[in-house]
Amino acid sequence: MQVEVKTNVLAKNDAIASDLQRLFKEKNIFVFNLMGSPGAGKTSLLEATLQELVKDYNIAVIEGDLFTNQDAERIHALGVPVIQINTVGGCHLDAHMIQDAVEDLDLDTLDMIIIENVGNLVCPAEFEIGESMKVTVLSVTEGEDKPLKYPLIFKESKAVLLNKIDLLPYVPFNKDKAVKDIRNLNPQGFIFEVSCIAKDGLATWIDWLKEQLKMYR
Amino acid sequence: MHEMSIAEGILDIALDTMRQNNGIIIHSVQLDLGLMSGVEPDALLFCWDAVVKGTAAEGSKIDIHTIPITGQCLDCDAVFDVQNYAFICPHCESKYINTIGGRELQVTSIDID
Repeated sequence: MQVEVKTNVLAKNDAIASDLQRLFKEKNIFVFNLMGSPGAGKTSLLEATLQELVKDYNIAVIEGDLFTNQDAERIHALGVPVIQINTVGGCHLDAHMIQDAVEDLDLDTLDMIIIENVGNLVCPAEFEIGESMKVTVLSVTEGEDKPLKYPLIFKESKAVLLNKIDLLPYVPFNKDKAVKDIRNLNPQGFIFEVSCIAKDGLATWIDWLKEQLKMYR
Repeated sequence: MHEMSIAEGILDIALDTMRQNNGIIIHSVQLDLGLMSGVEPDALLFCWDAVVKGTAAEGSKIDIHTIPITGQCLDCDAVFDVQNYAFICPHCESKYINTIGGRELQVTSIDID
């Protein structure tokens, strides 16, 4: 016998994500989900961003990683509270993992939580984790074909950062094509060109981020 | 590969539905899958065969119904097929587009006994 169902497969995850979103709103905490390939520069961007933001805001970081706590140690070195989630082979963070992690944070003292997702351009885009916005880092060494190969993550992101822009003279990265494809996928999205190593373009990104925080609150 | 957690999610829904309807066996699951859902059909089918082992859904099939990417212009209301991932209205070139199809990941029905 055929039984009609009409249930979203991710409904359970989405319900927890909505609860988290309500909790963060109630506590007035701006949460963003930082995504990108392994090696795109997510942790480097986080380090550069935190160095500026900790001057004005109370921030905590949740680090998603398959097995290690190397990234968490880099953040810890900046004096920022950090919670490590090891997915033990899992390719993304889900809302339930974030729900567990925030239990260890003092939410009454925080202005912002940055969640660094597992390095991956596919799965993290599928799973809402209670964030106010998604941000994706694409480094120029990955190739300009990535937005069309992984459209969902670029479509869902409020901002895309083109990282390692200082390497443009040395790699065959067609920036115009990458930017055009991102704009087609996501006409409202913001694109920032940065280099975390050469410290290029970071001030514009950080100013924008502060603006987003202000608008949220 | 998140298709494994997706397959587990589908199995949960299927088993819940079977119990609610006093069924004992699941023959097939019908799934709407948007072209931009981020789920790879072949990987999903592979994972499905693995997660159903030893359950009432062992040996069952997933029928995947692929849904194209459809946009609706918020300025001129035109509904259009999104080509080459360009979310720009082909009629008025507006960039304010609501994605009304293509993100589906929904169990629509289940065949049980």
